[in-house]
Amino acid sequence: MRISIEGGRLVDPASGSDRNANLYLADGRIAGVGAPPAGFVAERRIDASGLVVAPGLIDLCARMREPGTDGALRIEMRAALAGGVTGLVCPPDTHPALDEPGLVRMLRQRSREAAGARLYPLGALTAQLRGESLAEMCTLAEVGCVAFAQTGALPDNRGALLNAMRYARTFDLPVWLRPVDATLAAAGVAGEGAVAGRLGLPAVPVVAETVALHTIFELQRATGRTPVQVHLCRVSSAAGIELIRAARREGLPVSADVAILNVVGIDADVGRFDSNWRLDPPLRTERDRAAIRAALADGTLDAVCSDHAPMSQEEKLLPFGEASAGATGLETLLALLLGWATADRVPMLRALAALTQGPARVLGEDTGTLLAGRKADLVVFDPAETWRVAADSLLSSGKNTPLLGQLLTGRVRATIVGGEVRFDRGGMLRPA
Amino acid sequence: MAEPVINPQLSADGELHHLLSLDGLPRGIIDRILSTADSFISVGSREVKSVPLLRGRSVFNLFFENSTRTRTTFEIAAKRLSADVFNLNIAASSAAKGESLLDTINNLTAMQADLFVVRHAQSGAPHLIAGHVAPHVHVINAGDGRHAHPTQGLLDMYTIRHYKRDFSALSVAVVGDILHSRVARSDLHALRTLGVPDVRAVGPLTLLPDGLESLGVRVCTSLAEGIRDADVVIMLRLQSERMGGALLPSAQEYFRKYGLTPEMLRAAKPDCIVMHPGPMNRGVEIDSRVADGANSVILPQVTFGIAVRMAVLSIAASSAGAR
Repeated sequence: MRISIEGGRLVDPASGSDRNANLYLADGRIAGVGAPPAGFVAERRIDASGLVVAPGLIDLCARMREPGTDGALRIEMRAALAGGVTGLVCPPDTHPALDEPGLVRMLRQRSREAAGARLYPLGALTAQLRGESLAEMCTLAEVGCVAFAQTGALPDNRGALLNAMRYARTFDLPVWLRPVDATLAAAGVAGEGAVAGRLGLPAVPVVAETVALHTIFELQRATGRTPVQVHLCRVSSAAGIELIRAARREGLPVSADVAILNVVGIDADVGRFDSNWRLDPPLRTERDRAAIRAALADGTLDAVCSDHAPMSQEEKLLPFGEASAGATGLETLLALLLGWATADRVPMLRALAALTQGPARVLGEDTGTLLAGRKADLVVFDPAETWRVAADSLLSSGKNTPLLGQLLTGRVRATIVGGEVRFDRGGMLRPA
Repeated sequence: MAEPVINPQLSADGELHHLLSLDGLPRGIIDRILSTADSFISVGSREVKSVPLLRGRSVFNLFFENSTRTRTTFEIAAKRLSADVFNLNIAASSAAKGESLLDTINNLTAMQADLFVVRHAQSGAPHLIAGHVAPHVHVINAGDGRHAHPTQGLLDMYTIRHYKRDFSALSVAVVGDILHSRVARSDLHALRTLGVPDVRAVGPLTLLPDGLESLGVRVCTSLAEGIRDADVVIMLRLQSERMGGALLPSAQEYFRKYGLTPEMLRAAKPDCIVMHPGPMNRGVEIDSRVADGANSVILPQVTFGIAVRMAVLSIAASSAGAR
């Protein structure tokens, strides 16, 4: 299918380009930017005047609830496309955990059938994610796992963790870790500070993150002269960000992401025990949020992720401390990022890097850009359209978002994966 | 991102509809509860110990966590108001069968409940319930997790007012396990609202929560310094599960550093009153000679507690409107 996208504002962080130009797609790739390639005849066209055309969003953490809930992936993939997401990373904390090749093959097969976003599975770093024995990383990598993750807090068995990191280093496999020390986080459900103190909610102290980061960096150094590549998932504190900066300066191969709700919210939002704000990592203080935003703007944080976790009412309509942590997030990701950019006067080019160029670099993928010749994964969105978040308009099976009822600005109009229009709000794709 | 926080306890016209927390409860409402309690004090000493204010109303005591004392005083309070009282020990019934909290509430609402008195181990559980009950139903928090125990806070304020009259020149020390104490949080909010100028929180760093300073509270880690020249000392119960763990080495050592003895009490003003929400651990947070001594007002607290709970139940029940 040859498609011309006309009159749009092309925002491509990877090439540093923000200008009005046409885009031409053919054979699943970007065939031309600005001018059509010789002999190009469009079969379909998209009128993008007044709209932004950007690389498709890459989400470094989105749970599809498969394996575990049959049919869930198809639904969540529709939510991804509606959110402009063309590539997403699934963490391995599924039921069962992604620690054997058969499960990964099945997941990828279902993803192909769903024709949604590209799926990047993370393999379990340790068998059943128990943190005791190594998973078959090489075999899992051969069937498509892009990296290996321990999803909860760091395992207590630090010897096993170091061995897993060394083994991954042997085969140049990246390791993704969450900087959380289990015994310090204990049974905390809210960010440490005056709000948790006042509400009487057990808190997750910042020191649970900083001690874990020190541990991770020290173990990373112990993997050899060229240390294992580590990606830090969902950093939450100002102090944690400072440690990441220092590790970077030292030359440790470290990348990091933050969950979008930690960019948006602070502990005070928990307000009167709204369990939709029960998140992991928890929301922290105004000061932490400011540090997160600054680190996104200056590139210390490589990416923003949705941390998409669709849940049923039964998992959420509970007292705050008993509710499961997490929010559905694929469909609000872009608008929230744009909201931050507007509020902090960050240029759209810079802001979108956290959902395109940045995560593509973390994954080592050549998508996340609009350069000619690359895969045609892109999103067309209206940066000015306001819409109200409502349970019945979210495609995700989960309606668990603290944003219900809020007005957001910025809405996806079309999502294209491999040159194929897989989401089209309001008939964007027209005959040429 | 925060929406303007509306006070979920008040009806549209600013009347008390639910009692969930003393955090943000206007002074006018606290004063009204305390003066209404005054009028109920005498009911307990009359031959006929009831008034017909809640006749025909159904009060459900929903205790998801055991508490004989608080449940009993709520039961007495409701009965003296002529309400029909139903005690449900949920810990042993529906919750054990896997019924969700809100399903339980819906079922009881279908049984024509008018007021729920709720005790729950999770902070915020009464807020969740208040957000989902029918508009005519009132929710009274009888203690939720570490968060709030507003009727205890109110009876503590009633006690202080009874003995000290004026809040505006007092020094009040709250001593013990502030971190896990819903009583402490309710007291601290009420003391601030009532304009007490000098409030101290006393305990070891392992038992002090974040953010006390933001409540206008001075933090003291030494008992002698914390109660120096105090007019009121509120001792908190030390739960047995805190002792001998990672928070405190032992009950004995805790008593040596934070137990209120007659010798230690000399640091406070001579007419200082000593309070305790009960049940007491004698020899752990308080010496028997203090608990039973001249400064102790611990038993009057219990008597006042019934009058204060009558006041809360009658005022909430008289709020007509939905929010």
